[in-house]
Amino acid sequence: MSTLDEAPAAWQEQQPSGAPAAKRNWRETIIETVIRLCGISAVVIITLIFLFLLKEGAPAFMQVPIRDLLGVRWYPIEDMFGLLPLLVGSLLVTIGAVVIAVPLGLTTAVYLGEFAPPWLREILKPVIEVLAGIPSIVLGFLGWVALAPLIQAAGAATGLTAFTGAIILAYMALPTIISITEDALYAVPKEYRDGALALGATQWQTIWRVVLPAARSGIVIAVMLGVGRAIGETMAVMLVTGNAANIPAFGLGAWFQPVRTMTATIAAEMGEVAQGSLHYSVLFAIGIVLFLITFAFNSLATRFIGGRSRRRGGQI
Amino acid sequence: MTAKLSIRDLSFTYADGAQALQHINMEIFANELFVLFGPSRAGKTTLLRLINRLADLLDGVQRSGEILFNDQDVYNPNLDVTYLRRRIGMVFAVPTPLPGSIYANLAYGLEMAGIKDRRIIDERVERSLRQAALWDEVKDRLQDSAFALSGGQKQRMCLARSLVLEPDVILLDNPTSGLDPISTALVEESLFELKQQYTIIMVPHSVQQASRVADRAAFLLNGEVVEIGSQQRIFIHPRDKRTEDYVTGRFG
Ligand SMILES: Nc1ncnc2c1ncn2[C@@H]1O[C@H](COP(=O)(O)OP(=O)(O)OP(=O)(O)O)[C@@H](O)[C@H]1O
Ligand SMILES: [Mg+2]
Repeated sequence: MSTLDEAPAAWQEQQPSGAPAAKRNWRETIIETVIRLCGISAVVIITLIFLFLLKEGAPAFMQVPIRDLLGVRWYPIEDMFGLLPLLVGSLLVTIGAVVIAVPLGLTTAVYLGEFAPPWLREILKPVIEVLAGIPSIVLGFLGWVALAPLIQAAGAATGLTAFTGAIILAYMALPTIISITEDALYAVPKEYRDGALALGATQWQTIWRVVLPAARSGIVIAVMLGVGRAIGETMAVMLVTGNAANIPAFGLGAWFQPVRTMTATIAAEMGEVAQGSLHYSVLFAIGIVLFLITFAFNSLATRFIGGRSRRRGGQI
Repeated sequence: MTAKLSIRDLSFTYADGAQALQHINMEIFANELFVLFGPSRAGKTTLLRLINRLADLLDGVQRSGEILFNDQDVYNPNLDVTYLRRRIGMVFAVPTPLPGSIYANLAYGLEMAGIKDRRIIDERVERSLRQAALWDEVKDRLQDSAFALSGGQKQRMCLARSLVLEPDVILLDNPTSGLDPISTALVEESLFELKQQYTIIMVPHSVQQASRVADRAAFLLNGEVVEIGSQQRIFIHPRDKRTEDYVTGRFG
């Protein structure tokens, strides 16, 4: 009998007293709610932005036949709304920027992280981070006064070309790519390097076969953030690409002709159109296309990273 | 008998000024299992990492004295350090699979050495996994991630990974740390096989293990060699008081 009576008492004593436990629960609940609200509000805001874009841009898809939207002429004054030149312009500039920025950024990061003597790294790292802080319009201006004449001197008909824009965008993306890649390389456990070196790998083999693959998801994020910063850039690009809404001749020469990007078109023309006009909603339609492209790009990259961590087995 | 490795008056200081090794002298002969033991921070790992020149990689360290491998100074600037590391394999105290499959981990060293023939690689992978007493456990899952192995399997995989290069000397830094008694026995058993073919320098898990496996042993204390000698000499009739205290468990 006594055991039955005593056991619950002893058991109760070992429990933390009721009040603090309840308090902690309350705190947890509040924190959880706040975090959940933040998460939800982000989703809600993005949905609202997309709905707004849809509402403003939808008339364009109804009033302008798809065949016309896919046309090669962008003359809004004559109601010709072919988006193809703008799409091609954006693609040329972005692909050019990626092709320049990714190899340059990765090799610089590898040099900084793996080869540079410590004193040089101490100098270069902050310098690169300062580069990231240069306002993009300043870079655009630099491109206009310094780069464009060089490109013209090199033989292009004009210095304001897709290539000029690509270089400027690449330089905008570089500091982000370098600095985040370097962090990713730094985060690779020292044991991986020791392990590879102890197996007789050279320094270069170690980097190429072990360090870079191990840092892969960090590198993808670096590229995404860097390029993401560049894709959204408008004014600097507008300044140096010549702003001609025509489809350049096919081939490599395309990069050395003036183009106009989707973002630049919206920025340049939005101020002049009458609200509610067809031209106005076509500009929003461009926004929708941009949104979809970015969305697809991000999903692809996310799947790439996710796939990597799900099956770490992959290969070295 | 000429020494496989001779270490002459070797001293080593880390960048922070910590003198990890002082005037080390020792000779290690072919096909023996040489045990380096002593309390924590005695400098055992440091000595192993100097032999295959991994300590090279740190900035600001100071080294004096020499290490001769087959009568060649390993610190000779003309010596190809990647070649040296293929001849002197190392297994670390904490087993570190590289990201990738079990097979990739094993094939890695061979590929780095420029061996491309799949037949040769497959054959050597199997042989070294057998030598490390791991083949039966992994033969059906060679393409699985190496991270999925148990701790003891990882350790034996790392052993196999260094054997695949058919080195001359293997450096084993506590190869049975964190292993259960059965896996420990498996590894110790394979050591007796391995020393027919290789020279082994091993940092043991415990004094008991040291005395079980050693042909000869060196007792290190605070970066200095206290005593070197045969298994009998060190573990049964030590001459130095400090060695005696340590092997009988009176300090450390
Ligand atoms: N990378 C390093 N930088 C600075 N000091 C180090 C470094 N590695 C080791 N040391 C120092 O060198 C001394 C010897 O260390 P070492 O790792 O060789 O000891 P150990 O005998 O292997 O010890 P344990 O049995 O704990 O593994 C210690 O005082 C340690 O603090
Ligand atoms: Mg150690």
